[in-house]
Parts: sequence; C-alpha cells; structure tokens
Amino acid sequence: MAIKKIHLHDEKDNVAVALEDLEPGDKIRVEKGGKEVEISVKERIPFGHKVALELIDAGGKVVKYGEIIGAATKKIEPGEHVHTHNVRSLKFT
Amino acid sequence: MSEVEFLGYRREDGSVGVRNHVALIAVDHAGAPVVEGVSKLIRGTTAVSHQYGRLQFGEDLELTFETLIGTGCNPNVAAAVVVGIEPNWTQKVAEEIERRSKKPVRAVHVIGKGTIDAIRDAAKHARELVSWASEIQKEPCKISDLIIGVKCGASDTTSGIASNPVIGVVGEKIIDLGGTFIFGETTELAGGEHIIAERFVDEKERKKFLEVFNRYLEFAKSKGVDIMGSQPTEENIAGGLTTIEEKALGNIQKVPKRGIKGVLKPAERPPSKGLWFMDTSSSAQEQVTLLAAAGASIHLFSTGQGNPVGHQIIPVIKITGNPVTAERMKDNIDVDVSDIIRGKMSVREGGEKVFEFMLKVASGKLTAAEIVRHDNFTINRLYPSM
Repeated sequence: MAIKKIHLHDEKDNVAVALEDLEPGDKIRVEKGGKEVEISVKERIPFGHKVALELIDAGGKVVKYGEIIGAATKKIEPGEHVHTHNVRSLKFT
Repeated sequence: MSEVEFLGYRREDGSVGVRNHVALIAVDHAGAPVVEGVSKLIRGTTAVSHQYGRLQFGEDLELTFETLIGTGCNPNVAAAVVVGIEPNWTQKVAEEIERRSKKPVRAVHVIGKGTIDAIRDAAKHARELVSWASEIQKEPCKISDLIIGVKCGASDTTSGIASNPVIGVVGEKIIDLGGTFIFGETTELAGGEHIIAERFVDEKERKKFLEVFNRYLEFAKSKGVDIMGSQPTEENIAGGLTTIEEKALGNIQKVPKRGIKGVLKPAERPPSKGLWFMDTSSSAQEQVTLLAAAGASIHLFSTGQGNPVGHQIIPVIKITGNPVTAERMKDNIDVDVSDIIRGKMSVREGGEKVFEFMLKVASGKLTAAEIVRHDNFTINRLYPSM
C-alpha cells in the first residue's frame, strides 16, 4: 500500500492529478485547509489523470485549477477515477 | 525588489532592450537575399528575412507593414537597414521605424541596381551602424522597463501541471513589479474564454475580447471546423483531459491571475504597462513574431513535447515540465521544471528558477534558441495575395 504522488493545483479543487500510475488500494495524501487527509485509491488511474478527493454528487461541480471544469454525470466517490465516463462539459454538450 | 535587476539597453524612445541588434529588415522577397547576404558579411548584424510583401492588400498588407515596422522598433534593435524591391515602400517602412523609435535607419532598394550592388550598399550602411551601435553601453534597468510575451506550444499533460502554472507565477511577479506582460493565442482559449473575459478590468475591453473570440469561432465554422466541438482531442482524453474547459484552463495557467487591461490588435504596442491580451494566431512562430513587433523583448515559452521555436530579435526562453523532453531535447530547453512532476518542486520554486534565468537572459545570457539559430521570424498572413 504505497503512498503515491499526486498534484493539487488549488485548495478549492475536489480532484487532483496523478503524478504516477495509481492502483486500487494505493494511498494518496492531500493537504487541504492546513490538515492532511489520506484517501484510498479505488481503481486504476493512469499518470496525468484525475482522482476524486471528495464525494461529488451526480450533477455536482468538478473543480480543478480552482475553476469549474464540468459536472459529474453520476455520483463519484473519493479515490475514484474522474474522467469522461463520469464528467461532462458545461461549456459544450 | 525596486533596485537594479539587470543590465539592458535604454533606447531613445524610452523603451529598454536586452539585445543590441543591427537589424537588416527585408520588405519583400527581393530584400531577402540582400539582408541574408549582408548578415554573412558584416559582424553584429541580424537578418530579418521572409518572402512576402507583394500583391497584398487591406488589413493583410497593413499587418505585414506593422510587423516589419514593429520589429524595427523593437527595443532589442539598436539600428536598422531596410531593404525592398522598390524605393516607395522601402522608404515608407524605414521612415516609420525612424519616426516611431528615433533610431538610425537606412533604406536600400534593389530595382535598377541589382541584388549584388544592393548588398554592397546595404553592407556599407550596416558597417557604419554596427560601429555606432557597438559603443552603446548597458545601463541598470528594472523589470518594470520590460515587455514580456508568453505562449505554450507542443503542449502535453506536463504543460498544465508544471510549465504553464510556473509561467503564470512569473507573470504575476512581473506585473506586481510594474512590468508589462502580453498573452495571445485567441483560439487556444476556447472553453475558458469566460474565465479570461471575467478578468478584464474594463467592460468595453471585455466586450471587445468576446467579439474577437467569437469572430474566430465563426470563421472556423464558415470553413467547416467546429473549434468548440472538436475539443478535447482523442489524444488529450488519453492523456487525462476530460473537458474543453479543463484543456483551456491548462493553457490559461500561464496567464497571470491579475486584471487584464485590454485587447491589442496583432502587433500593436501596449499603450501602458500591465497585463494585455493580443488577438493572435496560435502558431508559435507567428505569435512570437507578433509580440516581438509589439515591443516584447523577451518571450517565455512553455513546452511539453519540445517546440524549439525562436526569433532572431528576441530571446525565447524554453521551459519544460516534461522530464523526457528535458533530457532528450536538452539542446533546445533553457529551464527544466520537471521536478514538479516528480513531486520534488513546488510551482512557486519553479517560478523562481524561471525568473532568475530570465534576469540572466535580460543581462545578455543567450537562450538555447538563439545559440542554435532558431530564427523563426514569420509574417502572419490574414488572407491570400491578389
């Protein structure tokens, strides 16, 4: 159960970017609001892809770079892969 | 931070340069072999060569002229020799550079004389101007004296994580120190244009920005291309980008989070210091050329896969966050911030590294693109010749 590297762009983000391939059971750590939170990775997430840091409800906003990058099309649990299968653009549909 | 930051060249018109070129500027294809010939004969000269300038009209012709005149006026240029096919336009370009920048400019034309005699005439002028320019002493200058341009190219996942945010931080520092920063790439903002629009400090300029942006979308549509609908690409999705907003935001990271003063026309010099948007093409060499013509004396260029673009008049600083590119394209890369990807460097630390390198370049250190002669001056054509 290795601690894997991720990159958080902005404190407001509810997703982070994997800096290496993440496997189910891997742990990631993220500092938000001055405290460190540990999250268990739920599925395989390749380098450069996004991992959910919080529960995002269906229709909830996905935030990266401190800005809204889209809306969840289904409920996303912390540690899950966030990508085209569960997020849609709000700009272009 | 208000003390001396680098040693630069103070020009007559109040601008500050980081290089001291005697520029040999071709007005058209007839001027091209002349300026290239003279640059081989006379030490200290730099050829600005291209093949356009004939049978152009309207806005397209105007932009070619503005690009040539602006390049001559660039603060990195000490003096210029302008060479064209016939005397009228050649004089027009030369006189306009002289009028705006107050620097010494000579004009040579080819018709009625021939290429070799034109080389002789231009070389004699160049010899005198180099002798004069070589006496100019560097003086202590500040970041607030500079106009700095930005772009990213051959982008990948690492651009959005590392090199673009790093440039954003550098840009914020430049703005906070009273400098001027220009970004462009109108089409690359698609999907994040609402975020850029919000940052304009003036309502009129915000509207102008959205007009310029929509004009591009409409133009692409008229040619059967839907810029919004075709993004992100399959390649982007494979790399982890989910929506067009996310892709645009990756690009936008290199824009300082500061108020945007207004919209500049292509090649237009910013009327005051601060952060400006220029309506430009997203082609690297065209965008760098337009910003140089607007007076940018240094360009910060973020690259993932390794676009080696440069410009003969201005140093283009190549920054990568991709460890493979940093290694395999070492000859083209100036600043390696790939430790961000390894989780060993913060974006702020990366910004410090780039800022320090930029100060060295401002004082004379050559960039990779200058050393390997990436002289990519390119005229941005708006429509076909008649």
